[in-house]
Amino acid sequence: MIDLLTSILTITLRAGTSLVSATVGEIYTERSGILNLGLEGMMLMGALSAFVTAYYTGSTWLAVLVAILVGGAMAAIHAFLTVTMRANQVVSGLSLTLFGSGLASFLGQRLGPPENNGYLVGLVGPKFSAITIPVLSDLPVLGALFRQDILTYIIYLFVPLAWFYLYKTRNGLNLRAVGEDPQTADAMGIDVFKTRYLYTILGGMLVSLGGAHLSLAYTPGWAENITGGRGWIVVALVIFAMWNPARAILGAILFGGINAVQFRLQAGGTNIPAAFLNMMPYLVTILVLVAITWWEALSKRIGAPAALSKSYMREEK
Amino acid sequence: MTAEETLKTPILEMHGITKHFPGVLANDQVDLQLYPGEILALLGENGAGKSTLMNILVGLYRPDKGEIFVRGQRVEIDSPRDAAALGIGMIHQNFMLVPTMTVAENIILGVQDLPFVPNMEEVCRRVRELSERYNLQVDPDAYIWQLSVGEQQRVEILKLVYRGAEILILDEPTAVLTPQESQELARILKVMLTEGKSAIFITHKMEEVMEFSDWVRVLRQGKLVAIEKTAETSPQELAQMMVGREVLFHLEKQACVPGAEVLELRNVASNDDKGLPALKGVSLTICGGEVLGIAGVAGNGQRELAEVVTGLRKVTQGEVLIRGKAMTNKSPLEVIREGVSYIPADRIGVGVVGNMAVADNLVMKGYRQAPLGEGGVLHPRQILAFARQLIEAFRIATPTPQTRIKFLSGGNIQKAILAREIDACHGLIVAAYPSRGLDVGATEAVRKLLLKQRDDGKAVMLISEDLEELFSVADRILVLFEGQVMGVVPAAEADTESLGLMMAGIRQAS
Amino acid sequence: MHFLFEKRQSISRGALVLVPVISFFVSLILGGILLAVSGADPFATYAAMARGAFGSWRNFSETLVKAIPLMLTGLGVSIAFKMQFWNIGAEGQLTLGGVVAAWVALFVSQGLPETMVLPAALLLGMAAGALWAGIPAVLKAYIGVDETLTTLMLNYVAILLSEHLYYGPWRDPNGYGFPGSAQFPVSAWLPRLGNTRAHLGLIFALIAATLLWFIFNRTRWGFELRIIGENKTAARYLGIQIARNIVLALLLSGALSGLAGACEVTAISRRMQQGLSIGYGYTAIIVAWMAQLNPFAVPFVAILMAALLVGGDQVQIMMGLPSAVGTVLQGMILFPMLAGTLFTEYRLRIITPRKSASLEPSTQEVSQ
Repeated sequence: MIDLLTSILTITLRAGTSLVSATVGEIYTERSGILNLGLEGMMLMGALSAFVTAYYTGSTWLAVLVAILVGGAMAAIHAFLTVTMRANQVVSGLSLTLFGSGLASFLGQRLGPPENNGYLVGLVGPKFSAITIPVLSDLPVLGALFRQDILTYIIYLFVPLAWFYLYKTRNGLNLRAVGEDPQTADAMGIDVFKTRYLYTILGGMLVSLGGAHLSLAYTPGWAENITGGRGWIVVALVIFAMWNPARAILGAILFGGINAVQFRLQAGGTNIPAAFLNMMPYLVTILVLVAITWWEALSKRIGAPAALSKSYMREEK
Repeated sequence: MTAEETLKTPILEMHGITKHFPGVLANDQVDLQLYPGEILALLGENGAGKSTLMNILVGLYRPDKGEIFVRGQRVEIDSPRDAAALGIGMIHQNFMLVPTMTVAENIILGVQDLPFVPNMEEVCRRVRELSERYNLQVDPDAYIWQLSVGEQQRVEILKLVYRGAEILILDEPTAVLTPQESQELARILKVMLTEGKSAIFITHKMEEVMEFSDWVRVLRQGKLVAIEKTAETSPQELAQMMVGREVLFHLEKQACVPGAEVLELRNVASNDDKGLPALKGVSLTICGGEVLGIAGVAGNGQRELAEVVTGLRKVTQGEVLIRGKAMTNKSPLEVIREGVSYIPADRIGVGVVGNMAVADNLVMKGYRQAPLGEGGVLHPRQILAFARQLIEAFRIATPTPQTRIKFLSGGNIQKAILAREIDACHGLIVAAYPSRGLDVGATEAVRKLLLKQRDDGKAVMLISEDLEELFSVADRILVLFEGQVMGVVPAAEADTESLGLMMAGIRQAS
Repeated sequence: MHFLFEKRQSISRGALVLVPVISFFVSLILGGILLAVSGADPFATYAAMARGAFGSWRNFSETLVKAIPLMLTGLGVSIAFKMQFWNIGAEGQLTLGGVVAAWVALFVSQGLPETMVLPAALLLGMAAGALWAGIPAVLKAYIGVDETLTTLMLNYVAILLSEHLYYGPWRDPNGYGFPGSAQFPVSAWLPRLGNTRAHLGLIFALIAATLLWFIFNRTRWGFELRIIGENKTAARYLGIQIARNIVLALLLSGALSGLAGACEVTAISRRMQQGLSIGYGYTAIIVAWMAQLNPFAVPFVAILMAALLVGGDQVQIMMGLPSAVGTVLQGMILFPMLAGTLFTEYRLRIITPRKSASLEPSTQEVSQ
């Protein structure tokens, strides 16, 4: 029983890594007032670019770097469209997802080696393996914390860091002001445009890093639709976390946990058809959203930055 | 430099400032000088270009032409950060405060010379120190949304002094204050001037120019039309320069002939958006052929009062009756069907649909009935004819009836709303701040229209923060304070002093 | 020098038409660069795509086959987007519409008069699509739950459900283990046009476009929907019922996507099997936005997007390039479109630097 729990927790944490990274990233972006629904596309491109780099160079760290840059570049498109061109943020994000999915699928059939007909599917590349910390990893249940890959350790550190940055530093204060009330922030000498660009790009980098964890550690290799809607689940997790990075970890663990249970049930054999098990994360997302929206309405608390998804312009007359 | 020389050298000079907005010349070759230790009043109607000029000074807008000198040095102010570095700070008409943040957080927002991790205790200590020095009581740990409007203004002032602003710009700061609070503001400003700071005071009220300023500059349609020493001018002279013609301070008003009772509120209570009590047992009546003015500092329940009457907000207690019929917690549509019209305070956000045509906006009340619509189908030709008729009758300046209404000026948008609401009204008009932000011509038109409705036998509820408007339009004036009725006085017997006391929550013994 | 967007005095009609057209060409250029970088000849690829999509009557009819579901879902999405309701669940609504139509064809048809089978399949398919859009609509209108997420999550649920059915309980026992249901009875076949695979759904789509135009421009309900979509506060103030109207509009939106799915199974596959939708519901978003939510523009944009899909298949067959070329181009087309929309209301003003007057004389001037 203890072994089962330990194993479920181990998988939970690992499955949650990509979600944590992306959730923290999207919280940064949304705190600046920009809603980026391009997560699924950026995660896919992050996973793809990381795998391709690792496969050809053999360096997983270079792969991480490339994924981060690719995510940043994609987010920069979104920033340009929504901040400078004041495009509709929902539609811009959706098109980023469509573009990212299309491009990842195209490149996945093009960038592979000739002997594989250009396909990346089925190739084995270098990956981040779990690092087992002696002694600690032998602890019952808690040992799960100490048999993760290095990327997981790093990404979970982002949670307290992001919380501290957002609530305790000058930059975090200014960032929150831009998302709450860009007009005031502007009048107070904070560069709204720069802030929105910066955190949209930073957010994209972290989202893409989450994708890289999928193809380098969680399910090493490339598969079409490797993200399986995780990008979208992250959009829900941000709401669930009420835009507070500290709470991002709860959501990520909840959904990582669903993944883990699903995995165990499927591996262990069960009467429940696989399709219904696979529906769980999506149905739970809906239930969680309903619950949190209801709770927000009852308690009259609104977690969303007040200026979220509204474009800002100064000289309007 | 001797004291006398310092006085002679302007701390701030603007030269030949010109600023275009599409279709408008907001500032045309405007000059300005400000001397240390003095207050300069910038007087002008709404739309005269005062705020634009000051937004240029704080780096929010860029001038097309012109130069700015601060302490004798030519400067380029490209952002509010540049302005702050030069010691220029502004209190905007709509306060620049983040409601979900604390007072202390708002005060240090965007401040450059702070450590990466600011010591909030240290910040709060300094805020307390400054608030004692200027007698500006406010709790640095309170959230902005918890504060009254008056307290929020104190935060704005603290923000400026915390940043070491030497040149203070105040954009219509008294609009949200009771007359007594305005005097308090004058006192604080005097203290600051003795420290060598100076201020520019934007206003369209003559009395304030006389009370606050040393110098006054009058803007009209973007142009500087007069520079006067305050002591050497008079309100009448200033008013004439501001408007460019003789001003009628009084509207022709016929004697009130009250008819049957149209609206009655009995002991009504209601909550605001945060769920806090906003109306606490309000009772009132309005008869046909009568204007009831609602006075009070903004945020004392006016909005909730208007929304309770128009069905947009639920009452938690009490009754609403229209012509004796129980209308408590009826839907907006049912209230509209009773002939109630509403001119909302937020005309762009609530009153119109900006992206739809002027004609569409004009029929947004009438589309439910023939001849505009029948059996769920609309008749475009009838709609256009109807719109043309209203455009003509209310003199709405629009290129075509198909123009999207957001491209119209504020005054014409308001006229369109009035046209639609008056046309649909048969009984009661609720008008919230109907002339706010309009120029003198449009203001006069709006007031005349409301009086005409009264003379036609309709009941009018006029919510206004402008006492002069209430004196000239209303028959009786009701004062709201913290959701309670402080008193009702006939307009003919009302005076600023006693209304001011009631607006501050001091009940009159009468 | 710096740039400034300056508000126009009125909407620029020219920009309204030019922006989508220019966007299409810009995306072709961007796509060309991508093709060249990945080692393919962009000109040859585009030529092959164009031939594949429009080269012959036969090819064009295949383009129409893919355009029909895009038209119906594109119209459905347009309704929702007009309401500022971000329905990205057309994929799921289409899938469920297909599933229910298939259910009627497979399991209910025996009990029905022959002439009733097809109408029943189509109508129930529409109802299923409406239901699938109605759930998020109710959650949004009455509780305020974010609709982008709920509509999207329901896509996965519908797709997983359909997979479960044709892999499991609906699998044809005589299908040699091939995942998919048995073929529908002929009474459930939607007529095709001539000897092509294009079908009656085209007529449905054109009727739907006309109907939508009429609703939005000539009816009281449509007028109210437009007001709600533009400004909910104003709508409330004008006495318009918001929640109920959002739900009704979304039922219509989902019904059109459901119809698309019902047509796909009854006209194309004539059985329930893999590949019911190849992302039509997502492409519908592009169609709706490119058409600027104008119902009469939707069919044309749908044909263009379908041409990219068919063209993509063709280059895979003829040039060995991944067919995803089409999807990549689709994905890129909205970027210039989104960037360009600003120009319908704003114009770009370039401000040259002010004369940098020398500081010395001017300071002297005022220090006196």
